[in-house]
Amino acid sequence: MTANTQVARSGGRLWQGLSLQQKQVVWAWAFLAVPILFYGLIRFYPTVEAFVISTTNWNLMSSPSFVGLANFKRLMADPVFWQVFRNTFLYLLIGTPVSLVLAFTIAYHLDRVRFMHGFIRALYFLPFLTTATAMAWVWRWFYQPVPIGLINDVISSLGFSQQPFLRSTTQALPAVLAPAIWAGLGFQVVIFLAGLRAIPTTYYEAARIDGVSDFAILRKITLPLLKPTIIFLVVFSSIGFLRIFDQVYNMTSGDPGGPLNATKPLVLMIYQTAFSSFDMGYAAAQTVVLFLVLLCVSLLQLRLLRDR
Amino acid sequence: MRGFRGLVLGVLMSVGAIAGARAQAVEIEYWQYVFDARIKAMNELIKRFEAANPGIKVKHTTFPYADYQTKIAAAVPAGQGPDVVQLYYGWLDNFVGAKFIQPLPRDAFPHDVIEKEFYPIVQTMKRDGEYYGLPTAVRTLALFYNKKLFQEAGLDPNKPPQTLDEYLEAAKKTVKRDAAGNMLSAGAVIDMPGQDLHWWREVLLRQMGGKPYSDDNKTVVYDSEAGAKALNWYADLQRVHKVGQAGFMDEGQAAFRAGRAAMTVDGSFRLGAFGGIKNFEWGVAELPASADGKRSNFASYWVNAITAKPTGAKLEATKKFMAFTTSPEAMQVWLDMVGELPARKAAAETEKNLSHPIYGPFLKALNYSQATVFVDELAQRQVGLDMANRVFIQNQDAKASLAEAAKAEQAILDRFYKK
Repeated sequence: MTANTQVARSGGRLWQGLSLQQKQVVWAWAFLAVPILFYGLIRFYPTVEAFVISTTNWNLMSSPSFVGLANFKRLMADPVFWQVFRNTFLYLLIGTPVSLVLAFTIAYHLDRVRFMHGFIRALYFLPFLTTATAMAWVWRWFYQPVPIGLINDVISSLGFSQQPFLRSTTQALPAVLAPAIWAGLGFQVVIFLAGLRAIPTTYYEAARIDGVSDFAILRKITLPLLKPTIIFLVVFSSIGFLRIFDQVYNMTSGDPGGPLNATKPLVLMIYQTAFSSFDMGYAAAQTVVLFLVLLCVSLLQLRLLRDR
Repeated sequence: MRGFRGLVLGVLMSVGAIAGARAQAVEIEYWQYVFDARIKAMNELIKRFEAANPGIKVKHTTFPYADYQTKIAAAVPAGQGPDVVQLYYGWLDNFVGAKFIQPLPRDAFPHDVIEKEFYPIVQTMKRDGEYYGLPTAVRTLALFYNKKLFQEAGLDPNKPPQTLDEYLEAAKKTVKRDAAGNMLSAGAVIDMPGQDLHWWREVLLRQMGGKPYSDDNKTVVYDSEAGAKALNWYADLQRVHKVGQAGFMDEGQAAFRAGRAAMTVDGSFRLGAFGGIKNFEWGVAELPASADGKRSNFASYWVNAITAKPTGAKLEATKKFMAFTTSPEAMQVWLDMVGELPARKAAAETEKNLSHPIYGPFLKALNYSQATVFVDELAQRQVGLDMANRVFIQNQDAKASLAEAAKAEQAILDRFYKK
């Protein structure tokens, strides 16, 4: 008992001995500890765990045993993995530039519109609020052959032959990507608009007095000053496209990942390996690869787009 | 019979123990996945079971299908979860391997009785001489046809095709296309992601003289002349005869339901969905036989099994509950409420059921049905879908596509049996 009071007293003395600034730091850390602990528990611990599981042959039901890098070797030899890897990068390499150019063009022009500005902006933002699943199903029906597919109905009424869209190995991926781009557009437009509004008008006034062309203003003033916005959107949408899942899963649910894996992204492969084949070790290995890819892409982009 | 005796025994025992036993009622837990008709049917069975066994309470828990296996895998090793669990027959190997379920006790489920009274497809529930689960109900495939479209095409709506040749002829007569050649209504549904893969693997392939796997199920053998013949016959429906088109109306069952397909191969589990069709009359027929009269069918089922958890009094209670869920009485409830077929011959092949215009064709198929043994159902399914897509989309030769599929599926089997 005396020991306890002594500890308490010495603790009290320790606290008294701290300066006001030191106390503030201690308090700050005490509050910060909660989110850090939470984050560590639900984010970092499972991440580390995934690395561990990727070296086992755990099937959820049996106890896992260590197999070294066997899962990674199997992954390298799996043709489906390379197909899926290619798809994942196609989503990124087509999706990010197309959506950014579209979003910027819309935002650039919308910024100059005063008439019904808010209404038009809301229209662009609306798809972002819609559930991806519901949207994917609507688009899935758009793509159907005659007589129920809207797009094919139009095409064939104009006298052209029908397109297979989701039933094709070449058209399926762009067909799935289109609604994904469309859905994310509203968000990007709003961010671009905010970025455009943040540029001081004095620059534009000065340029106009000097008689600089619109195109030069865009190139020399608007785009350079939008750089932080662009970096944010490139990283944000890249990660989004690398993790694409809902659209693919719902638009091709009968044959998940499209005909001959034409639309299957890495995330869907991980999901199937883990939760339909229950091959947890193999799925964890795929997750590790996805993690490394996301890490590299993000670091690379931050480096390339960094202010020099 | 056995189920009835078990039931009587249960009643006697509980009558004997009824004084003061109420307080120490045994509670057992039953798990199945969410499917409305099944939940209602099981609630009805539990109500009847508890009325007959006052000392036993059954807790009925359900999970969405997508999470179902994961929940079981998480709960059972932790000593939680169900005492009696429903599982797809194709999952059995994983469940037995993980020691999640125990063999059905022979005193309550004697093997000679199972083998005599149940349809032979339940043999797939046997591992190392022990039965691990028994179904309440089974499902088979049949030919659904649209009587209105048959009539419009000048076919007798009461004479569905009996052979594959007649099937093709009927499809040719009923298909509708516009001037540009676009399909407006299919003669025959082409839907591999639906039930056509099963139709090809267990029916067409066998009718053409082949078989899908070796007798021990460890080797893929469909990469054969018969395999190519069956695949070509199926693919020609679209490639040559143009009576169907993969992806038409998104799904085969949607096409049929919308009255835009004259014929589709589908399972008894679809009866509920097709029951809501108001615009036209439809009929059911046995799957078409081959030219030499050979018939085959694919049967699948969900079984109830006893998990490793219950012992002592709980195990006795689960035995009684299992016996009840596999009794003829329970099977009739299941047929009436879910539309799935009784797994016992005596309960299935009553005069009334056999002459039933809808159940009849499904029931007849039970005597010549095959239940595919799966080790990883979805992965094996994907192999089959890819095989068909290579033929349909990439115009690959059937033999080459079969060889590729056989190689991929063999790798899946090898990985499983190697363990």
